[in-house]
Amino acid sequence: MIARLLTSGVLAGAMAGLLAALLQFYFVIPVLLEGELFETGAMVHFADNGSPQSDRTDVGLSGEFGRHALTVGFNMLGYAGFGLLLVALMALAEQRGLADISPRQGLIWGLAGFIAVQLAPAIGLPPELPGTVGAEIGPRQSWWMATIISSAIGLWCLAFVKSPLALIGVAFLLAPHVIGAPHLDAYWGVAPPELAAEFATLSLGAAAAGWTILGFAAAWLWSRGG
Amino acid sequence: MTTKTITRAQDNTLLSIGFAAMLGFALLFVAGYAQAAILHDAAHDQRHAMAFPCH
Repeated sequence: MIARLLTSGVLAGAMAGLLAALLQFYFVIPVLLEGELFETGAMVHFADNGSPQSDRTDVGLSGEFGRHALTVGFNMLGYAGFGLLLVALMALAEQRGLADISPRQGLIWGLAGFIAVQLAPAIGLPPELPGTVGAEIGPRQSWWMATIISSAIGLWCLAFVKSPLALIGVAFLLAPHVIGAPHLDAYWGVAPPELAAEFATLSLGAAAAGWTILGFAAAWLWSRGG
Repeated sequence: MTTKTITRAQDNTLLSIGFAAMLGFALLFVAGYAQAAILHDAAHDQRHAMAFPCH
C-alpha cells in the first residue's frame, strides 16, 4: 500500500514536472527573463519623456544551462509533492467507497487539482513577473496555503457529498476571495502591464497542462498497481 | 478475528495515506515555501512559473 502510494505519486510527479518544465521553457521562461530586464533596470518602461512605449526584446532562454537545470529539478520535486498529495486523496476516496480511480477519472482529478492549487490562489495573487513588488511574504504564503486547502475541501464537498449539503463546497471555494488576499495600497509595477498579464496567463496555461498530465499519470500508475 | 484484521488493514491504509500526504507537503515546502536564500535562488524560476508566493 505505502510503496504503491509513494511510487505512483513520485513517478507521476516526475513525469508531469518534466513535461511542465518543457512547456515552461517554451512559453513561460522567455517572458520571465524579459521581465527581469525591467526588474534589473536594463530596460525601463516609461523611461524617456513619459512615453509608454518599450520595445519587445526576444531574450529566448539566454543559454543559462545550470539555472534551467535547477528549474527542471525543482519542477519535478514540486510536482512530486503534488503527486503524492493527489494520490493520497485518490486512495482516501477509494477507501471511503466514493470513487473508482481510472486514468479517465484521473484527468478530472488533475483539473480539480489545477483549480484548487493554481487557479484559485491566482485569482487573489496573480502569478508574479520577477520585479513585482508584493505585500509581505508571510501573510501571502498563509493566504495562499489557506486558499489551496479551502478550495480543495470545497471541490471535495461538491464532488463527494451526496446531499444538498454539498453546496457548502461553494462557501469553501468563495471564502478566501471574500476575505481577500494581502495586497499593498500602492502600485509598484516596473514592467509593462501587457508583459505581466502574458506571464500570468502563460504560467496558468502551463500549469493546467502539467496538472492534467499529473492527474492522468497518477491515476494510471495507481490503478495499475491495484 | 476477521473483524480485527479488517480494522487493522484499514488503520494501515489511513496511516499510509497520511504518510504519503506528509511527504508530499515536505517536498512542497522545499520546492515552494522555504525561504532559505540558497533554496530560494535555485527554485526561483520554477516558483515564479508555478505562482508560488516567492519573495
